Amino acid sequence: MPEPRLALRGVKKSFGDVEVLHGIDLAVNPGEMVCLIGASGSGKSTLLRCMNGLEPVDDGEVRLDGVDIAEPGFDLAPIRQKIGIVFQSFNLFPHMTAYNNVALAPRRVLAEDARTRIEALFERFGLGAHMSKYPDQLSGGQQQRVAVIRALAMRPQTMLFDEITSALDPELVGEVLDVLRSLRDDGMTMVLATHEMGFARELADRICFMDKGVIAEEGAPDVIFSNPQKERTKQFLASVLR
Amino acid sequence: MTTRRAAYEARQRRRATLLAGGSTAVVLVLLIVLVPLAPGWDGVKSSFFNAEIFARTFPDLANAFLINIAIFAWSVPLIAALGLAIALARGARAPVLFPLRIFGAIYVDLFRGIPVVLLVYLVGFGIPGLGLPRPWNSPYIWGTVALVLTYSAYVAEVLRSGIESIHESQRNAAVCLGLSERDTMRYVVLPQAIRRVVPANMNMLVALQKDVALLSFIGPVEILRQAGIFKSLLANFTPYVAAAVIFLCVTVPATRYADYLMNRDRNART
Repeated sequence: MPEPRLALRGVKKSFGDVEVLHGIDLAVNPGEMVCLIGASGSGKSTLLRCMNGLEPVDDGEVRLDGVDIAEPGFDLAPIRQKIGIVFQSFNLFPHMTAYNNVALAPRRVLAEDARTRIEALFERFGLGAHMSKYPDQLSGGQQQRVAVIRALAMRPQTMLFDEITSALDPELVGEVLDVLRSLRDDGMTMVLATHEMGFARELADRICFMDKGVIAEEGAPDVIFSNPQKERTKQFLASVLR
Repeated sequence: MTTRRAAYEARQRRRATLLAGGSTAVVLVLLIVLVPLAPGWDGVKSSFFNAEIFARTFPDLANAFLINIAIFAWSVPLIAALGLAIALARGARAPVLFPLRIFGAIYVDLFRGIPVVLLVYLVGFGIPGLGLPRPWNSPYIWGTVALVLTYSAYVAEVLRSGIESIHESQRNAAVCLGLSERDTMRYVVLPQAIRRVVPANMNMLVALQKDVALLSFIGPVEILRQAGIFKSLLANFTPYVAAAVIFLCVTVPATRYADYLMNRDRNART
């Protein structure tokens, strides 16, 4: 059994008086792709944001390559290079070209002029012609692909995706999912919060169904989608797969 | 081809133009006919709108206005630098920087709370009164300092509002890429914040341009003081009107430009 890339134990998180994560246990192995599914408000996004320290957890452990990054006071800056995140709303920097959006962090954090590498990433994801455009000159799907490239340019070993197709027009979802497919083929360790059930079923190694701040059921995609054990899972799937 | 809607709107536009033209004409006629009927009109005309005096004093006033422009020109970079420094000081979060934060807050309260003209008097007369050697007793220097103190406090607040208007998700994205707080501010937040407050700061510049005239109270012979000298010399108020015209030549285009920027910004965000 290899050491998990990411191991969560008893993770709890409250916003004010509302506890949104009630003690999450989850291990993600290197090269594994885990999909978090569940209704809005079930805690998927919060869980992802706890995995890279964007939200400090209240209790429990988040081990990245064996190091507990949830230790209060832990310096997260070096960790952020190992774990990339892409958000639902892209969050590109609107005053910079697509290329500069991507090049900023490698230049400032890695002190590296990664031009060749970055250009190769743009080419790979079909954006070679758009590097000098500003975000508002790009479609939603293109912006989201730039956001993925921006995270990849830091050479992370793990990628988190927070409902990255949810803000897109339906016809643009495919081009972004293709990017994920391609990363999957590279063997990237990935955790996704997603509403794309077909995609999750096709590509995920494991599905975690979240409900009211706990992982209510987890297992292989075929098991979860064809033969869910828990009543709540059945209800959720029945409502989204209609 | 004209659609029904387009034809209707064209009719409405013609109607609006006619009404606007008609009402403007009526107001103009009333002004031209009624104002000269006022009992004191001849006196006002000769002491405020004397064409000969206007022509005679205009060149010297325009020349004195160059001093206003010079004072304005060297104030602006100082105001920008100090305003930015104060805005950043007020936003400092580290506990060690708490004194800076307090200093920023006091600075803004103090210099935004004192009328500019009062500060010009206090700084412009008070500090040279310390008996400083030349050129450090110059009213040009200390008058400018007074303007810089006041306006940097305003600009700091404008910038701070700009910084706070940048959505948290921008900071999050930067931090998640591993950028330091400092780099996040410098490369992600500030460039967007400054762009966002350009229109507001344009209005500041227009106000500053006018307030330079306050330095006339402490010495420099800029346009307002020059107009005052002519007034005493010629016993006529026309030089003040000429000075007002010169100010308008600068402030009207500048204000229009600020409005244009503000509108463009509003349209871009909706």
